[in-house]
Amino acid sequence: MSRFLLRRILLGLLTLLLVSIVVFAATQALPGNAARAILGRNATPARLAALTLQLHLNRSVPSQYFHWLGGLVTGNLGTSAATQQPVSQLISGRIANSAFLVFVSAIIAIPLSIALGVLMAVRRDRPTDHILSTTSLALASLPDFVIGIGLALLFATNVTHILPAVSLIPPGEHAWNVPKEVILPAATLIIAVTPYISRIMRASMVEVLESDYVTMARLKGLPNRTVIWRHAVPNAIVPAIQVSALQLAYMAGGVVLVEYVFSFPGVGAQLVDSVGNRDIPVVQALAIIIAAVYVVVNLAADLLTIVVTPRLRTAGR
Amino acid sequence: MSTPVITADAVTVAPPSMGQRQWMVLVRATLRQWRARIGLAIFLLMVLIALFGPLIAPHSPDAFVAAPNAPAGHGLLFGSDSLGRDVWSRFLNGGRSVLGMSLGSTVIGVGLGLVVGLTAAYLGGAADEVLMRISDVFMAFPQIVLALLLVTAFGPSVPLIILIVGISTAPRVARVIRGAALQIVERDFVKAAEAVGEPRRRIIFGELLPNVTSPLLVEVGLRLTYSIGLIAALNFIGDGIQPPASDWGVMINENRLAVSVQPWGVLLPILAIALLTIGTNLLTDGFARAAIGLDRGE
Repeated sequence: MSRFLLRRILLGLLTLLLVSIVVFAATQALPGNAARAILGRNATPARLAALTLQLHLNRSVPSQYFHWLGGLVTGNLGTSAATQQPVSQLISGRIANSAFLVFVSAIIAIPLSIALGVLMAVRRDRPTDHILSTTSLALASLPDFVIGIGLALLFATNVTHILPAVSLIPPGEHAWNVPKEVILPAATLIIAVTPYISRIMRASMVEVLESDYVTMARLKGLPNRTVIWRHAVPNAIVPAIQVSALQLAYMAGGVVLVEYVFSFPGVGAQLVDSVGNRDIPVVQALAIIIAAVYVVVNLAADLLTIVVTPRLRTAGR
Repeated sequence: MSTPVITADAVTVAPPSMGQRQWMVLVRATLRQWRARIGLAIFLLMVLIALFGPLIAPHSPDAFVAAPNAPAGHGLLFGSDSLGRDVWSRFLNGGRSVLGMSLGSTVIGVGLGLVVGLTAAYLGGAADEVLMRISDVFMAFPQIVLALLLVTAFGPSVPLIILIVGISTAPRVARVIRGAALQIVERDFVKAAEAVGEPRRRIIFGELLPNVTSPLLVEVGLRLTYSIGLIAALNFIGDGIQPPASDWGVMINENRLAVSVQPWGVLLPILAIALLTIGTNLLTDGFARAAIGLDRGE
């Protein structure tokens, strides 16, 4: 099994290396000078020349790539073309804010959706199940930014004005010090991922509730609550945990639009801004970071699946 | 989907692809579910609005007809937007771009994914490994991040956005189609076609394709739902179709700041996008359930 693990981790690293090539190729090596893209209409020959030097665009493409990759590995992410600040300084606080947002959302969404899934399965084919299933299917259809704007309309404008529509977090302040500003972005992410986890939990729970040992437990005369939470749930929870891990990876991308909607000072809103400014060094760094989180969490989800499924554990040898 | 049980048709040479009668059964099984019927009705309504809305709009979507953010009334059904244009007219004109662009992306994404998935499943070995590794690299980015990356390089343009969203969709489709086709490749009628010396292309599109149509259609519905969301989002954040175009995504962004004075400019397009995605998803879910039911012989 350890050889299998090693293979998966090496493949993950290889994917990340290829990802870095895609990011670099898309932003810097493609036809159309990156310096011109950044400066746009403000390009004067002198400014072009200066930026070309700053981004090392005068070197050969492979040399530019290895220089950039070297910086990436040693934590030197370059200088923002828009603000002339070091990229790492610009984004470190934002990474912390986004991580906090995802953490808060996950810690609420996962238990909530598992509970909802259990409820739907226990009330299978009854009104509670029909209403919850249809609602979750409808919510699962909605794009994240639509959920976000819908929540903002409901809670931050005419209907009820109880929460801020825009996360006004002062620069340098951490999101966890201003919890009120986090509520709506977190609620958006929770609504976005809950349907996926709860639907899987429902399906898995329905199957387990029909199994012989659950019937056995009922025949023994155990109270319903014990049968459900002690016997059925632990056996039904594995697929829900796997999907939760995948949803965690999904949130790495989900934060982009949700943060933009609420102007939440995280990596996602920064990415949208930097794309608007054509601030290529910042876009490169953020794309790599988001992709890395996505790859690592997906890998962790795969490994988790193997660890909790004995059949796969032995098949990997 | 579960591994197929060995049935009589697995040992006969004739491909067990679906005939016209089975299609009717599938369509009927889909529409027997009330959720799928609602989904279809919503989807058709939104398509009608997108197609014929521009014909019934009372004003030009670009004409300045009132003071900015005028409330509903005074001859304007839903008031005016942040620049004084008729919200209702812009709403009726705003569906074509969202629907057209996302249909375009879905065709590109599902088409490309289908070819890659079937080819990988049929060729197997090193070709399969290479194609799937390339898919993995593109799947290592959330779709929105890949799209933003390419917008940075090329700037926002409508044909490019359609292509970008299509390309970011393709590897996800390829995965699913490859999985479905792997079970077919081993069947006897494929071996028979090989033995007769049919060319590879004929086997891939003549023998494999007809046998993955139900997962393919589920993918079309699913990917259309996601593409609508992604395209609307890109238009919303200003990296897609550009103002003054009347587009639901663009409208939301234009009227966002004045939402407490004039909610309709945001509410109408938000509802439209929400209904469109709910419609496609309910319909897709119903079709998927019907297809699984038929597989199980229900």
